[in-house]
Amino acid sequence: MKLKQRKFLNNLITYAMVVAAYVICTLLINGGQMSRSLRGQMVPICCWVVMAVSLNLVVGISGELSLGHAGFMSVGAFSGVITSGWLLNSLQMEDATLRLVIAIVAGGILAGIAGVLIGIPVLRLRGDYLAIVTLAFGEIIRNVLNCVYVSVDADGLHMGFLNPSLPGTLLMNGPMGAIGVKKIATFAAGFVLVMLTLVVVLNLSSSRSGRAIMAIRDNRIAAESMGVPVTKYKMMAFVTAAVLAGMAGALYGLNFSTVTSDKFKFDQSINVLVFVVLGGIGSVRGSVIAAALLTVLPELLRAFSEYRMLVYAIVLILVMLATNNPLLKGWLNALREHLPFGRKQKGGEPA
Amino acid sequence: MTTKLNANTRMVPVPSDSIVPERDLGKRPILETRHLGIEFGGLKAVDDFNLTIGPTEIAGLIGPNGAGKTTVFNLLTKVYEPTSGTVLINGRDTHRMTVTQACRLGVARTFQNIRLFDKMTVEDNVRIGLHNQIRYGMMTGILRLPAFWQKEKRQHEQALDLLSIFDMQDLADVTAGSLPYGAQRRLEIVRALATNPSLLLLDEPAAGMNPHETEELMRNIVRIRDQFQIAVLLIEHDMRLVMGICEGICVLNFGKVIAKGTAAEIQNNPVVVEAYLGKQKEG
Amino acid sequence: MMSFLSYLVNGISLGSVYAIIALGYTMVYGIAKMLNFAHGDVIMVGAYISFCATQYWGLSPLLSVVVAMLVCTCLGIVIERFAYKPLRQATSLAVLITAIGMSYLLQNAALLIFGANPKVFTSVVSIPSLSLFGGQLLISGEALVTIICNVVIMVGLTLFTAHTKTGKAMRVVSEDRGAAELMGINVNATISLTFAIGSALAAIAGVLMCSTYPTLMPTTGSMPGIKAFTAAVFGGIGSIPGALLGGLLLGVIEIFGRAYISTELGDALVFAVLIIVLLVRPTGLLGKPVREKV
Repeated sequence: MKLKQRKFLNNLITYAMVVAAYVICTLLINGGQMSRSLRGQMVPICCWVVMAVSLNLVVGISGELSLGHAGFMSVGAFSGVITSGWLLNSLQMEDATLRLVIAIVAGGILAGIAGVLIGIPVLRLRGDYLAIVTLAFGEIIRNVLNCVYVSVDADGLHMGFLNPSLPGTLLMNGPMGAIGVKKIATFAAGFVLVMLTLVVVLNLSSSRSGRAIMAIRDNRIAAESMGVPVTKYKMMAFVTAAVLAGMAGALYGLNFSTVTSDKFKFDQSINVLVFVVLGGIGSVRGSVIAAALLTVLPELLRAFSEYRMLVYAIVLILVMLATNNPLLKGWLNALREHLPFGRKQKGGEPA
Repeated sequence: MTTKLNANTRMVPVPSDSIVPERDLGKRPILETRHLGIEFGGLKAVDDFNLTIGPTEIAGLIGPNGAGKTTVFNLLTKVYEPTSGTVLINGRDTHRMTVTQACRLGVARTFQNIRLFDKMTVEDNVRIGLHNQIRYGMMTGILRLPAFWQKEKRQHEQALDLLSIFDMQDLADVTAGSLPYGAQRRLEIVRALATNPSLLLLDEPAAGMNPHETEELMRNIVRIRDQFQIAVLLIEHDMRLVMGICEGICVLNFGKVIAKGTAAEIQNNPVVVEAYLGKQKEG
Repeated sequence: MMSFLSYLVNGISLGSVYAIIALGYTMVYGIAKMLNFAHGDVIMVGAYISFCATQYWGLSPLLSVVVAMLVCTCLGIVIERFAYKPLRQATSLAVLITAIGMSYLLQNAALLIFGANPKVFTSVVSIPSLSLFGGQLLISGEALVTIICNVVIMVGLTLFTAHTKTGKAMRVVSEDRGAAELMGINVNATISLTFAIGSALAAIAGVLMCSTYPTLMPTTGSMPGIKAFTAAVFGGIGSIPGALLGGLLLGVIEIFGRAYISTELGDALVFAVLIIVLLVRPTGLLGKPVREKV
């Protein structure tokens, strides 16, 4: 039971941390003590935290490297923006909060559908091939979205593929992306989404399904022999992550007046991967902290921004070398054993 | 332990290629293979393999290295689809079944090169074995519905129960990968038992164990059979273990069965002695 | 008809570049069993070196290619030594993340040194265009040189792996690293050599590619790199003729796709090919099937 209690405490700390951060930031914003640019970062921070935690579900808990996570985010972003535009222009729904909620749900559902469609072929592959194919799918999604035109008028939505001549106001203008978006995303919504993501990922990973997912990660053949249907559980992790990424995307899209698909390039998938790796693969709390800090830091340190990607790259390599080199690993473990507070919790569950 | 059999009892009522202890006579065999074979690029790794195992039998599969023993296990658990012949489990044809389906039919196995879920705890390893025994859905888990707490508790209790077979309850919270070798082998057996099998396949369970540990393992295998009323088929190079607890032994060489019988019969079989035991005695 | 032929020539020329890059992927994958994600960026480095050599250091185009090859060879060896070698025993996830980090390192280092503005690469080829069918079909000098280079490299590399001692060592290491080590083959040196050859070829590919498509940016290498990996998988990873076949087919598919289907969907089409190949025939056109050991 000791282990269970420790896990419970660990999760509690993660939730408490997020709540405290939200309360402090809200107080600062209300007190007018937060700079304008930092205030503008609050919603994106929430989005990237959700992205990192959901990617951690795939990389850390399911053990598959997905390089197309930003693709799901873009699906969510555009479907969220279109849904919101449709609700406003076609159904005259004025309530921004309700519109935001519906848009986020729609973003999640559509990204989830994309996740299922992509997951079916992709999850049959292994290792490097899986990574490269998720990358390919991410790029295909972006390519295809660049050809989509959507407009809205009183009759509803009109869609065109490679065909911009549509009636009504254009919501999505091919390579120009979504334009004239009503910014309805709020920090509170971001906070709720982060909490929702934490509940889903933490509860999933310490349940029967989560254990099955981790068993497949540790030893696929043994898991199969124990009667665990491999495809089902890989799919479960992949699609759940896609849904969460889609929701984050919808929130992200509704936070800017224009959204282009270039914002969801392969680089963004790598960015999110950096958050996950830096926070510790498999550690949910690590992902939260890394995503929040690394989104804020460049904002705080303007001079640093030029070197940001370079530093990310170096950090990525160094973290991998430090955690995977048997020599260094042994040394680090020995060090950890000596430090009373640094002892890693047993088991592969996320912190 | 060894049940003495004479030539007559082996003939009725199951096919002649079986060595079934008396208590299982008249019952439907748990495992039946007929002319089972598999080819890898023209090479017959297993050829015309016939074996019948009664519901509570302990059977041994022996043979020199590379004889195709593990391949037989892979065929029985559907890792490989046979190129000829059939595998019947509990009377059901396993043609075109997946590994997962075979497990649900009641075949559980351990692996020659241990395959535990290294980063998970000992208890969670056993809980994976219980995956299809105590079930609840993904949403129940995420929303922490009452069924979640109730079934988690049952899983926990049952896992500790199973671990107590080898006195491993105290290790429940330890990471499986950090267990000593012998304990890892025992955990694999517990995990396999958790799937509620009717046939347990053990691939070299005593490999790397000292004589004392092997002795204990032998007692435990028999105990498991008696307690769970299941059949055990084991691959083993340790002849003391095989001769000590196996009621029937099948000798494989170059993918073909060269002899079948009780321990005494196998030990005195000139073909086996020549192919296998002769070398063993020297070592 | 003439436009078809001209697309075909362009496709083969682009495919030749892919094939040369794919060789680097295929050899490294075959021998070190890793996807060297940074390979595409070595192409970019090669192109930048050649660009600097001709523009700033006043070297002749041919000499600039040699310098680029030398620099990339060293780069390849250094990358392997410091980033990949310590991870020989690590999971493929860790190696792949490291390779991605390396790719980003190269791109961003180039971004800091050369800036984000594209450089206009002056072609290193001075051969005039070939005019066929009374001027109806024009084959550029660059295309000719690219295709010829490709053929020479393929033949050379095939002979090298088939007949020299080092080449045989490479094949043995790719077959079974452990056994090769027991046979007294210096595995580390062989892997280093593979990276060296692959990177030198990447430099050539970079120069040839930028001669045909003269925009040079820090991200120039990444897309062709991924496409060349697609080509390597298409042909069958680990196989030299496979890289040639995969590269040529992919180049032709891409050019035809852009010409006859849609310019915007050109990349999507190439990736769709990758996905279809991996699903239908994961070992590629000329690859050998592998069985997982239980």
